[in-house]
Amino acid sequence: MKVRAQIGMVLNLDKCIGCHTCSITCKNVWTSREGVEYAWFNNVETKPGIGFPKEWENQQKWKGGWQRDGSGKLQLKIGGKLRVLANIFANPDLPEIDDYYEPFDFDYQHLHNAPDSKHQPVARPRSLITGKRMEKIEWGPNWEEILGTEFAKRKIDKNFDNVVQKDIYGQFEKTFMMYLPRLCEHCLNPACVAACPSGAIYKREEDGIVLIDQEKCRGWRMCVSACPYKKIYYNWKSGKSEKCIFCFPRIEAGQPTVCSETCVGRIRYLGVLLYDADKIESAANTPNEKDLYQAQLDIFLDPFDPAVIAAAKAEGIADNWITAAQRSPVYMMAIDWKVALPLHPEYRTLPMVWYVPPLSPIQTAVEAGHVGMNGDIPDLKSLRIPLRYLANLLTAGDEAPVERALERMIAMRAFKRAQNVDQVEDLAVLQQVGLTVHQVEEMYRYMALANYEDRFVIPTSHKAYAEDAYDLKNSCGFSFGNGCSDGNNSANLFGASTSGVRQVIPVVIKE
Amino acid sequence: MNQLNMFAFGIYPYLAMAVMFIATWIRYDREQYTWKTSSSQLLEKKQLRTGSILFHVGILGIFFGHFFGLLMPKEVWYFFGVTTSMKQLVAMGAGGLFGVICFVGLTILIQRRLFNPRIRATSKPMDIVILLLIYAQLILGLLSIIVSTGHLDGAEMVRLMTWAQGIMTFNVAVAVDAISEVHWIFKLHVVLGMTLFLLFPFTRLVHMLSVPLQYITRQHQVVRQRR
Repeated sequence: MKVRAQIGMVLNLDKCIGCHTCSITCKNVWTSREGVEYAWFNNVETKPGIGFPKEWENQQKWKGGWQRDGSGKLQLKIGGKLRVLANIFANPDLPEIDDYYEPFDFDYQHLHNAPDSKHQPVARPRSLITGKRMEKIEWGPNWEEILGTEFAKRKIDKNFDNVVQKDIYGQFEKTFMMYLPRLCEHCLNPACVAACPSGAIYKREEDGIVLIDQEKCRGWRMCVSACPYKKIYYNWKSGKSEKCIFCFPRIEAGQPTVCSETCVGRIRYLGVLLYDADKIESAANTPNEKDLYQAQLDIFLDPFDPAVIAAAKAEGIADNWITAAQRSPVYMMAIDWKVALPLHPEYRTLPMVWYVPPLSPIQTAVEAGHVGMNGDIPDLKSLRIPLRYLANLLTAGDEAPVERALERMIAMRAFKRAQNVDQVEDLAVLQQVGLTVHQVEEMYRYMALANYEDRFVIPTSHKAYAEDAYDLKNSCGFSFGNGCSDGNNSANLFGASTSGVRQVIPVVIKE
Repeated sequence: MNQLNMFAFGIYPYLAMAVMFIATWIRYDREQYTWKTSSSQLLEKKQLRTGSILFHVGILGIFFGHFFGLLMPKEVWYFFGVTTSMKQLVAMGAGGLFGVICFVGLTILIQRRLFNPRIRATSKPMDIVILLLIYAQLILGLLSIIVSTGHLDGAEMVRLMTWAQGIMTFNVAVAVDAISEVHWIFKLHVVLGMTLFLLFPFTRLVHMLSVPLQYITRQHQVVRQRR
């Protein structure tokens, strides 16, 4: 047993209102720079839809993640090491900027200095790559917002595979949607790390955050293809790949990530998970895709087990990390209550960002009397809302775990309603979904009330043991490159041009 | 003329190589963040795939051809039973083949860099300069094949080998003496080649020093411990 700690995240999709506050605050902090205007370390997609970049879930097209080869060995979908190197001159599986979108800005100044005219002046778009006028914006980071674009285009969404009669879900009265905020999964078996020819991407041992060493990255771009979630972005300005850093400077200080901190729906949870690093490979190599979810659950260790605690201490995991693991909302939701599920476990990367499936559209149908009852719980199988869709998204197509998660959430509501309105303890409903009173009260506390200190249980990282504070005095902290250099010195002998120079199109005044 | 020959083929090579080694070292040491391939594949993929693959295959063939052709002592060639005229023919054939492959690729890449608005807008001046210099050097090299057809005995080639090996072994006088008689196309090719060495550290060409061969032997996963 090799105990390791990981900071994981849970997103309660049931409460996501799709406001994009997470995306915007993240962008303002991390990617409001030239070269990564198009990159969204965190973005919110409306599902069903093909997402961002286009069809990221279609691995026949993008070759992300892992697969088992003929002899049952785990291999990157983009190919073995020799094939990766053979493609080093031009990566055949790399998305182009138009698969994301051409970054743009608007000529706002024209609104100020436009001459008197018959029509109201408009701010027209301009490409942030070429600086040239864009006549039409073709695509954007959330083009399908609230079911934008035609269903014919959205229905190539991979999660519709094996959903019976996918066309009926496009009809107006049968339509459904949900929000899916996405960020780097900080996987236990990251494909990006395995694909990096330079060895620049690494997983931090102490908290499992996956980072790209900006000094070691040479821009071979294999990570962009290998990541099945397409959460590595190539910075066309700096020539290096960048990704979500899980706000590690904040995590180290015991603070939540920016996206979590600013989430107005309080849907995000952060906590420590203890896992057995020796089991990673066999779990990722589980033959049947539908068993991957269970295999992933089996990696995690019970933080209350004395043997686990002893082993963790022997590995040098600090006491406050073990305490945090015991109070971890992620452990409760993903492993104890099993209401949070991994995103696309079939990619075999063992993702560490978990999702509570959305109940709302189902609940609406329940209240409207469209659903048959199965005891005290509505029979979810009788819904026309595709469980199958959620299963394709979260459990490699196995509907049982999704059903269990949704039933438990409905049971929690039924129990609390009986308790508060009818003043009775409805134990039958709990029995039906296999929960205890204690568990359901905790679920209510964590998922319904969702207090700040319950949502974010983050131990500080004891940096003092790893770094000498005296050496850090007057240093530059978070920077690119050599000391305080940002690698973009205008007087650089090595040919870097100044960043942040925006080409402005002069406005032609016509009478 | 003698002074010019002395400077161009006796002094300039050492200058160029000194700058190359020292500046590369400084850049590697101080400016890792600038050490990269500077790929523009994200902005344009189709032309890049054809152009880049042809260019790289061609130029790698040419590079190793020059390396062994110029620096391997002729006694080694004789040992393997390769006569000078045979070597001349091999050099022309292989050099011509890889040269043409490289030429096609580089033409595509230059067309793309100059006329694709996205690539042009994101190019640094040095990206364009170095492409055009390599293009000029490649054309000179291809032209020199035509010159070589005039003396298939390989005497001209032996002079160039003597020069290159003389420079590497610090026999400057012998080296300059040997090269002073060759056709001006070869001379231009050599001077431009030295210029490419000189500019190497200031361009994206440095990425060739980072060929990720260690990838083959390393573990898939990389975990870093706190120091």
